[in-house]
Amino acid sequence: MSASAATGYRASRTLPIWAEVRRQASRRRTQLALGFMVLLPLIILIAFEFDTGGPGDEDADGGGAFSSIADLGTSGGLNFALFCLAVSAGFLLVVVVALFFGDTVASEASWGSLRYLLAVPVPRARLLGVKLIVAAGYSVLAFLTLLGSALLMGTLRYGWGPLGSTIASEIPPAEGLLRLLGILAYLLVTMLVVAGLAFLMSVLTDAALGAVGGAVMLWILSSILDQITALGGIRDFLPTHYTDAWRGLLSTPIQSEDLAKGAISAIVYATVFWGVAFYRFTRKDITS
Amino acid sequence: MSALSAGLRKLPRLTRRRAITASVVVVLLAAAAVWTVRSDRSDWTSEDLRLTVSSGPAGNEPVDLDARFYLPADRSGKVPAVLLAHGFGGTKNSVSSDAESLASRGYAVLTWTARGFGRSGGEIHLDSPDYEVKDAQGLLDWLATRPEVSTDAAGDPKVGVVGGSYGGALALLLAGQDQRVDAIVPSITWNDLNKSFLPQSAGTDATGVFKKSWAGLFFGNGAAGAESAVSAQLGGGSETAEGGVGGGAAALDPACGRFSAEVCAAYLQMATTGIPNAATTELLRKSSPATVLDKIKAPTLLVQGAVDTLFPLSEADANAKGIAATGTPVRVAWFTGGHDGGEGPTSDSDRVKYLTVQWLDHYLKGEGEVPGDDFTWSRVAGFSALDRGLVTNGYSAQAYPGMGGTGRTQISLTGSAQPIANPPNGNPGALSSLPGLGGRLSSVLSGGVAMDIPGQVATFTSEPLTAGVDVGGSPTLQLKAASPTGEATLFVKLYDVDQNGASTLSAGLVAPVRLTGLPADIATAAPITVTLPAIVRRIEAGHTVRIAVATSDQAFLTPAQPATYTVAVEPSLTLPTLVGTPIADPGTLWWYALAGVIAAILLGLTVVILVIRRRHRRRETSVIDGYAETPLVVDGLRKAYGDGFVAVQEIGFKVERGQVVGLLGPNGAGKTTTLRVLMGLTTPTAGEIYVFGHRLVPGAPILSRVGALVEGPGFLPHLTGYENLRAYWQATGRPWEDARFDEALEIAGLGDSVHRRTKNYSHGMRQRLAIAQAMLGLPELLVLDEPTDGLDPPQIAEMRRVLQRYATDGRAVLVSSHLLAEVEQTCTHAVVVNKGRIVASGLVDDIVGDSPSVQLDVSDVPAATRVLEELGVRSVTPEGTHGLIVDMNGTARSELVASLVTAGIGVDRLVPRRRLEDAFLALVGDNSRGSGDR
Repeated sequence: MSASAATGYRASRTLPIWAEVRRQASRRRTQLALGFMVLLPLIILIAFEFDTGGPGDEDADGGGAFSSIADLGTSGGLNFALFCLAVSAGFLLVVVVALFFGDTVASEASWGSLRYLLAVPVPRARLLGVKLIVAAGYSVLAFLTLLGSALLMGTLRYGWGPLGSTIASEIPPAEGLLRLLGILAYLLVTMLVVAGLAFLMSVLTDAALGAVGGAVMLWILSSILDQITALGGIRDFLPTHYTDAWRGLLSTPIQSEDLAKGAISAIVYATVFWGVAFYRFTRKDITS
Repeated sequence: MSALSAGLRKLPRLTRRRAITASVVVVLLAAAAVWTVRSDRSDWTSEDLRLTVSSGPAGNEPVDLDARFYLPADRSGKVPAVLLAHGFGGTKNSVSSDAESLASRGYAVLTWTARGFGRSGGEIHLDSPDYEVKDAQGLLDWLATRPEVSTDAAGDPKVGVVGGSYGGALALLLAGQDQRVDAIVPSITWNDLNKSFLPQSAGTDATGVFKKSWAGLFFGNGAAGAESAVSAQLGGGSETAEGGVGGGAAALDPACGRFSAEVCAAYLQMATTGIPNAATTELLRKSSPATVLDKIKAPTLLVQGAVDTLFPLSEADANAKGIAATGTPVRVAWFTGGHDGGEGPTSDSDRVKYLTVQWLDHYLKGEGEVPGDDFTWSRVAGFSALDRGLVTNGYSAQAYPGMGGTGRTQISLTGSAQPIANPPNGNPGALSSLPGLGGRLSSVLSGGVAMDIPGQVATFTSEPLTAGVDVGGSPTLQLKAASPTGEATLFVKLYDVDQNGASTLSAGLVAPVRLTGLPADIATAAPITVTLPAIVRRIEAGHTVRIAVATSDQAFLTPAQPATYTVAVEPSLTLPTLVGTPIADPGTLWWYALAGVIAAILLGLTVVILVIRRRHRRRETSVIDGYAETPLVVDGLRKAYGDGFVAVQEIGFKVERGQVVGLLGPNGAGKTTTLRVLMGLTTPTAGEIYVFGHRLVPGAPILSRVGALVEGPGFLPHLTGYENLRAYWQATGRPWEDARFDEALEIAGLGDSVHRRTKNYSHGMRQRLAIAQAMLGLPELLVLDEPTDGLDPPQIAEMRRVLQRYATDGRAVLVSSHLLAEVEQTCTHAVVVNKGRIVASGLVDDIVGDSPSVQLDVSDVPAATRVLEELGVRSVTPEGTHGLIVDMNGTARSELVASLVTAGIGVDRLVPRRRLEDAFLALVGDNSRGSGDR
């Protein structure tokens, strides 16, 4: 009776999460993405300093949630962080998440190191699982970095105060911070769609750029379709339809209905995409 | 023909998977199409009618009304009816969507265009009991004759009246004048037109202040008879009064339009002076539900908007009190909307629709519980998350509290008496609301509109509130005023001022006050109670309340003469508060749905993992005992790709311990595919691979006893060679000391370059690093694909020694190569493959050992061929211009040379051939294109 594996080998110990964290941490794109999360609030802060307070911005019809967020951006650290989140939610965070999830398997395939990992052997489902967890971890880290640095810079420059809004009442600082974390959490949940899509494409293709770009492009397509009101009820099923529902967290009491709907939509989409990714990857011939 | 078949081959092959995918897509598309078509199928029918009714004081003035009658499509027996009236300036089309939804709920719905509007005849009498109300009575008569409509008695249909604004007042007046009405739902309507157009917020008998902008809008609306601001704002299209269709349309009086002479005269008189005369007052009184409230016996649901400067909440309050006084069931609901705010947010319009249907279902159909007399209202919560509108939260209280709220809070104001100027002709004037423009609800509520003119306004402010106050009802205060003329027209406003100084005039509501008999000196002025319009608003903690007393407002007619008044307010401001229980948000259901979705996903995931675990456990136990000590057994391996290409036809061989086996074959022979299957990267179509007796499947743990280099190196370019090896070993999860790192590095022989990034490596350096990686942990079976690729001759020689040494300790090596010499020099055993099949296998020595054939270079090939054939050899094959390959068949080489020389043929060269080369060249020589091109 021969040993079924080399001494010390256990499938559940292959590709430890920390090993994968280190594999990704040493990559330039990880460092750049995280670095930009610190840089962006700084750029916005400097841009705000150019505000000369000149006339012409008082667009009477420009009301609505976004302009109120922008108008209040300099009223305190919390509002500044909120502004930073709001401007990056639409595109920047999508790209970052797509990068972390879309690049992770496809880049290993393009380097040729994927086949050696599978020959270790790292079980295919485990490989995907670890990659998924680490990509999610880096995404959360990127979001937290953005929020943290924006909060820090905003508070240093504009002070610590309640989270203001033009229509609803001001939210006291402690609760405002919780609301911001809630917004961050909801944004992360909506990004599950991007994460699912990018990861699926990462598994289907050997080209990392294709996976990232494809996921971002499909996201943009969905956003464009969502703008077309003629589509009516179909829009409710678009993955991007509820991406703005985090604004509900700014009102008192919180409007949670769309948050729940958005979370359901994102989780279902991500489950489908990840399910297909696992199904495909555990069965396909690795040709890279 | 061949072009056609080539074209056909390019089409995707119809595989089972593709067929399933395609059919799923087709089914989904068909389902979507069916659903779309089905949802267009209406559950009601309608017919347009022209009904002639007789009205007028004597009931002898016929008028032709443009009407539409809706019936539910699937009704069984008779159904109750709803008379659905439109707002001022609208037509029957304005209420079509409400009519459709009521009809689909099982009501016969009669809508009509009121006299003086659209395609109906007659003139506008402002819901006069003699005209519009009598018209509606005629419609009740008509409904009673319809066979589809259920009746209480002969000529008495089971009917409810629903309407907003102009239609709401009609509902009240009709219910007061005709007892056949069984239930009414009037919304955003008036109690007393005198008070609506001449509001007076102070506790005096003086006539109020003329609300000129709303009155003008209404008058302009009826006079033009065209698409109007009011109807456009309140929803629904309207149609022009085309000549010849309506009664009075053909000869429009430019001053009065389609208004009746009395109404026109009343407006002109009132708008000119601001003080109505007796005839005007009497006309407005007749058109007011206030006169008939005590006669209303039909249960009444009153819906009033909190954002309404035309008919504020106090109008519904007066109606509710009047009707309830006689014991008739009354229910009140407020919503965030109205003549200024429109329909309000979806949550509000949904609530109003629900209440309406509940009311009608009970009192007309007899379905459902008795609607309670609890009171519901809503308050702005913030911006809608998805669009630019507002969202509100609904609340309910046990009973309707009226204008005084469920509680009250006193706030003290500071501010001394201040002089304020009345501008001549009210110009410039303060701005509070924009009647008829239908501004966005958010701007009305967030205070973007209101504006005071300096010098015309006195302000009195409170301290910042220590706690938030939920105001709901009419705030009251005591005002003192002095005027040199003895009279003053003032506007009292309540602003909510936040910490940054931004002030909001909630809903644009102001309290107009006209005072008479004032002293000239403020010191002698008596305080007068001013009741401000009812608002629904939460004033947050930290905000201040500011009371502004202004002399002008663009919405009102103010005295033309300039004057300077002095005003002061008593410190005490009473704010009614409204506390209720939040109406359960249907949105919470979605959180349960979310929890359900997550639970279902987790459950599914658990099931999948359990199933996979069980399958794994079963698989891992399968060991073939006979092969337990054999590093590698490949048995009947076949790999066919999805596009029909067969890379491996059938390959089977063994690698025993201590052997270095060479897998030899030309490019495309199937070597790499075999190794890919061996590494678990590719699943074979047929056949098995056993490693130490364990069946090999993708990811099988037995692979951990195999080290591999397949299809070139694969490294992380941003890491150094050393870091790459370490990252690889970390990925195995095995103990560090098992790696035998130093031995591997020695084999790689990279020196200091091992600390450079691999992206800067040459091909050979990467190759050596990859071999070192394959040897990490000294696996018992080493599989190397073209290991010498990119190495220089000394390194190749070194590699041969390394591999031979490696196999000595019970380990085995499998090397694939397309180079004969390499296999010959490195391997103990060889397996020769071509076109996916094994053509030779065995000990290299056996294969390489002398073969019965020799290669000859001779001076005369044809002559030599003849000589050799006579010698009785097995075969003679020419090769090149001078070469011959001879299968000797036992003939001695010396004899062969002697015969040739004897025959006078020069022999330049004689080389014994070896079997391996024979076999190999036979393959490659015959078809140098390789099997990959098949």
